[in-house]
Amino acid sequence: MKTRVFLLVGLLVALGLAGVVSNFASAHPDGLDSVVRDGCTYDAADNKTGGTCVADRAADTQTADSPFADYGIRGIDNPYLSTGLSGVIGVLVTAGIGGGLFWLVRRRKPADSPV
Amino acid sequence: MNNDVVAMHISNGIIDAPVSGIFAAIAASAIAVCVLRARADLDDRLAPMAGLVAAFIFAVQMLNFPVLPGVSGHLLGGALAAILVGPWVGALCVTVVLVVQALVFADGGLTALGLNVTNMAVIGTAAGYLLVVALLRARVPLVGAAFVASVVSVVVASQGFVLQYALGGGGGLSIGAVASLMAGPHLLIGIGEGLITAVTVSAVAKARPDLVYALRTRRQRQQQEELVSA
Repeated sequence: MKTRVFLLVGLLVALGLAGVVSNFASAHPDGLDSVVRDGCTYDAADNKTGGTCVADRAADTQTADSPFADYGIRGIDNPYLSTGLSGVIGVLVTAGIGGGLFWLVRRRKPADSPV
Repeated sequence: MNNDVVAMHISNGIIDAPVSGIFAAIAASAIAVCVLRARADLDDRLAPMAGLVAAFIFAVQMLNFPVLPGVSGHLLGGALAAILVGPWVGALCVTVVLVVQALVFADGGLTALGLNVTNMAVIGTAAGYLLVVALLRARVPLVGAAFVASVVSVVVASQGFVLQYALGGGGGLSIGAVASLMAGPHLLIGIGEGLITAVTVSAVAKARPDLVYALRTRRQRQQQEELVSA
């Protein structure tokens, strides 16, 4: 498989996972979050209903008002579209920033490179 | 169905500001070393591959899978990145993911970024790489090595949070409780991560074995380093 084709297939797989499969991910708190919430109770809408836990100390992050906060897109009400598009944007941004930075700091190929 | 993807990383405030600052410095130093060492690995072929690995890890981190009633988990990606693009570039891949998540998706506090980078990008990748190298040297096949290294890497990375909690946490849980509450679910998460990593690495190894860093021979790597220092 040519490198270009391989990279394209890989990117498409990532876009499919983040854009479509992400809608079927578990919405339960992850391993870390469940430890942090240990001792507190939450209702179906995920609002705290009682107890004390480590999460009581949590504060909003500085980017909490980002239009993409919590893997959605503000203004898009359809949850599938909101999650899926935010995933697609995330994959493209990560590929762009990551790939761009790695390309910038890469080792320039000497003329007689054996690789 | 609630298809919100939940926040996944350490939020601001969970660990106090001084300890968050210390880990920001630790993470920054580790990343600086990684950038310096990564240059030897990053050639015209590895650079785009590394961008893809970062994007792939971002995507798979969105896929929380159930591990216990009411508890989910997701890939951290350190072992996967280390196997595909090497430890230095791999740690940078996971860092890029965490930075994008914190800046764009408000997942993981900005003040807590150093804590998250230390655990997942630095500790997770280092543990995964050391183990995979040892297992490959012991003639364990790549699939098995990838699985085992992933499981251990996730559990070890999760204990990074326990250290941080011990130094700058609070809120009622004892350190021992945090350690065991982190270790149990993360063992199960690690098994999930191991399966994902094993499948992914096998697929890449089948399509393009030359793009799997961990499969490069020692001689190839030496040649490369001589080339750089020359």
